[in-house]
Amino acid sequence: MQAITTKGLVKRYNKLTAVDELNLEIRQGELFSLLGVNGAGKTTTIKMLTCLTKPTEGEAFVGGHCILKEPEQVKRLIGVSPQETAVAPNLSVRENLEMICGIHGFSKERTMKRIGTLSEQFSLADVLKRKAGKLSGGWQRRVSIAMALISEPQILFLDEPTLGLDVIARHELWDMIRALKGKITIVLTTHYMEEAEALSDNIGIMKDGRLLAVGTVEALKAQTGAKDFETAFVSIVKEGK
Amino acid sequence: MKMLTFAKRCAKEILRDPINLAFGLGFPLVLLLLLSSMQENIPVPLFKIDSLTPGITVFGLSFMTLFSSTLIAKDRESAFLQRLYTTPLTGLDFILGYMLPSLPIAIGQTAICYLFAIPLGLTLNINVLYAVIGIIPMAVFNIALGLLCGSIFGVKQVGGICGALLTNLSAWLSGVWFDLKLVGGFFEKIANVLPFLHAAEMEKALCTGNFEAAAGHFLPVLLYSTLATVAAVLCFLRQMRKQ
Repeated sequence: MQAITTKGLVKRYNKLTAVDELNLEIRQGELFSLLGVNGAGKTTTIKMLTCLTKPTEGEAFVGGHCILKEPEQVKRLIGVSPQETAVAPNLSVRENLEMICGIHGFSKERTMKRIGTLSEQFSLADVLKRKAGKLSGGWQRRVSIAMALISEPQILFLDEPTLGLDVIARHELWDMIRALKGKITIVLTTHYMEEAEALSDNIGIMKDGRLLAVGTVEALKAQTGAKDFETAFVSIVKEGK
Repeated sequence: MKMLTFAKRCAKEILRDPINLAFGLGFPLVLLLLLSSMQENIPVPLFKIDSLTPGITVFGLSFMTLFSSTLIAKDRESAFLQRLYTTPLTGLDFILGYMLPSLPIAIGQTAICYLFAIPLGLTLNINVLYAVIGIIPMAVFNIALGLLCGSIFGVKQVGGICGALLTNLSAWLSGVWFDLKLVGGFFEKIANVLPFLHAAEMEKALCTGNFEAAAGHFLPVLLYSTLATVAAVLCFLRQMRKQ
């Protein structure tokens, strides 16, 4: 069953076409990466799929719901961790998590339970009382992803989750994302090839708003005859001029 | 419920910022102390505590604009709002969530200014309570202006516009520091058109129990407060759609 389907999705900002005729199918439970250089249209795609911005043309279904006609139903199914660290800086980590629970209308018991589960899952117990704004970039990303998972979403969108993190923090976050694999559908955008290669079930390569290729790492390597994924990516992007 | 959760968060963000407390409360109180001390040495009718305190409360509200606009601009720039736009919160939840917590903070700020002025010589009577309640429309104006600026400008820009420009406008055009009649001309006309002078005069009138005079100044303040709220709501919803 498909978690996400897009049909001829287009987003134009005046004369600039940010996303051009995007046709995509993402299976339930898979980790799908949108890979591309800056300005490829990855974030705009995520913004459309999460109902943050309306497409200029085309349509998309998230969890079977149309993003144009049923945005409220879509919002109930998704969790989003934006590219920038989106936490309330003067609130403690616990207060940040409690706030998202409150916004989703959770009872006190369910709030306590979710915070307990996510603290364990993301090793947050030691930082629960600390102000989120005082944490390091890596820890803030953990909190950000935990906030996105509070509502137990069916589909999780991670926009450049490891951007700007050091190598250790990046690998720690990869482990956490790997632990989520199979449990929910994850759509991840990245411009790090090693990240897409390490985490993804399937990868979609984007350039100038167009989806140039979709497949597993092995399939993309086979498609280009490349020995490694980086060469395959470069080959696809160069041919896609 | 979800709106209240968001409003609670906004209140915490404002109150936990030490700079907000220093400017929002500390600065007006220091001004009260300083100007009333000057009044003791060089008597100026304008700086008599019964006349000065109402003006300072109106000036103090300009910091509410700075606080709310900075909070919204920061939320926009840090993608915190983007995250919340993907939750079940509605446009109305956001607007009320940003505006409501600022109102008790503004009323608290005004009440503290009046309480602080009592040992400095302010006459304590029921009129002070009316003056605290009477500040509400001007507080709404300042908070709505914050929502408006925060929806349009970035963090650095709101610092300049609300932090420097608006606080100065509020100070100069409210007649707190000098008698506007002394300047006269175009400057006085501008001051009469804008709400700052009317708000300060309304507060002074309420403090002295002159309700007729207060009513005359109430209408322009109410008009500005309504206009600012409508403009703020439209601008916020526009930027929300533009995401």
